[in-house]
Amino acid sequence: MAVNVRIPVLLRSLTQNQGEVSVEGSTVKEVIEQLEAKFPGIQERLYDEEGKLRRFINIYVNSEDIRSQQGEETAVKDGDEISIVPAIAGGLGA
Amino acid sequence: MFSFTEDEIQRYSRHILLQEVGGKGQQRLKDSKVLVVGAGGLGSPSAYYLAAAGVGTIGIIDDDVVELSNLQRQILHDTANVGKPKAESAAERLRALNPGVEVRVIKERLDENNVMDLVRQYDVVVDGVDNFPTRYLVNDACVLTGTPLVDAGILRWDGLCLTVKPGEGPCYRCLFPEPPPAGMVPSCQEAGVIGAIAGVMGTIQATEVIKVLLGIGETYTGRILMFDALKGEFRELKSERDKNCPVCGDNPTITEPKAYDLTCEIQIARVSSAAN
Repeated sequence: MAVNVRIPVLLRSLTQNQGEVSVEGSTVKEVIEQLEAKFPGIQERLYDEEGKLRRFINIYVNSEDIRSQQGEETAVKDGDEISIVPAIAGGLGA
Repeated sequence: MFSFTEDEIQRYSRHILLQEVGGKGQQRLKDSKVLVVGAGGLGSPSAYYLAAAGVGTIGIIDDDVVELSNLQRQILHDTANVGKPKAESAAERLRALNPGVEVRVIKERLDENNVMDLVRQYDVVVDGVDNFPTRYLVNDACVLTGTPLVDAGILRWDGLCLTVKPGEGPCYRCLFPEPPPAGMVPSCQEAGVIGAIAGVMGTIQATEVIKVLLGIGETYTGRILMFDALKGEFRELKSERDKNCPVCGDNPTITEPKAYDLTCEIQIARVSSAAN
């Protein structure tokens, strides 16, 4: 089952600058594993040392936060869109 | 009744014509107080439109001075004001646009000691800061005082906006429970940003503030607006209040504002200044 993953600008150095990539998987977890297989290093950016999703990064299936579903076990189906959204500050800056 | 002069009726005529605003709404804007945290990329357009809109009192807090590298996006300042405190430079421009607005200049850094007193004086807070510790501090103070907060962030080609209405939806901490450690997410200073994106997101913030003040329409509460300028796309993602949120959850552990430790950033600054 192919899903479309939206890559935030901060991780695009790992995806050859692609903002969207297509990967296989039936859960969010599998999608991330496939993403790591295709673009090594991405998992380390998403998970902390204890293997938990970093608390300043959110993952959405279509427009729903996986935290309000089954977390990384949330099922995905063909054609779904997965968004990885990190916190960004910005606005003032010197 | 309304206390408008002939000039004010002319100035705000395009607002007053709107069914959702009218004389009553315009009076409400005049009676309102908005705090803009940071006179930077986002604070510039939001404060400028709020002054134009006739928001009666606008507080601008910023402890920085205008630098040449700011002018690519921080449109309240101009070349002649390089070196001048940003809050003063911003106030000068806002007063020139609308002398009827009371602009309060606050040349301080927002911290755990002044944030509560400041936030309490305003009806809505606009957040446009470039660092995470201040962003969380503003969020927590707004939740603790029950003050609506219009938050936005920008980086490179992306923008994000969320309006926090304490008690009615998620806060920034529900969305991102903890700030990223220093160095994990770059700032605009490190990663760059397209200046016009500050304009897009800052004017969306101003629009949100006006809706909150007038109590009309639907704000970005419980949903996040994402703007991808490269793709030319606006999207929405859903966000729910987290009942375990440390500040707005059912059993909050944060009951007073506390600044995050900046030790790491200070160390980095020391290392880089030593390298220079």
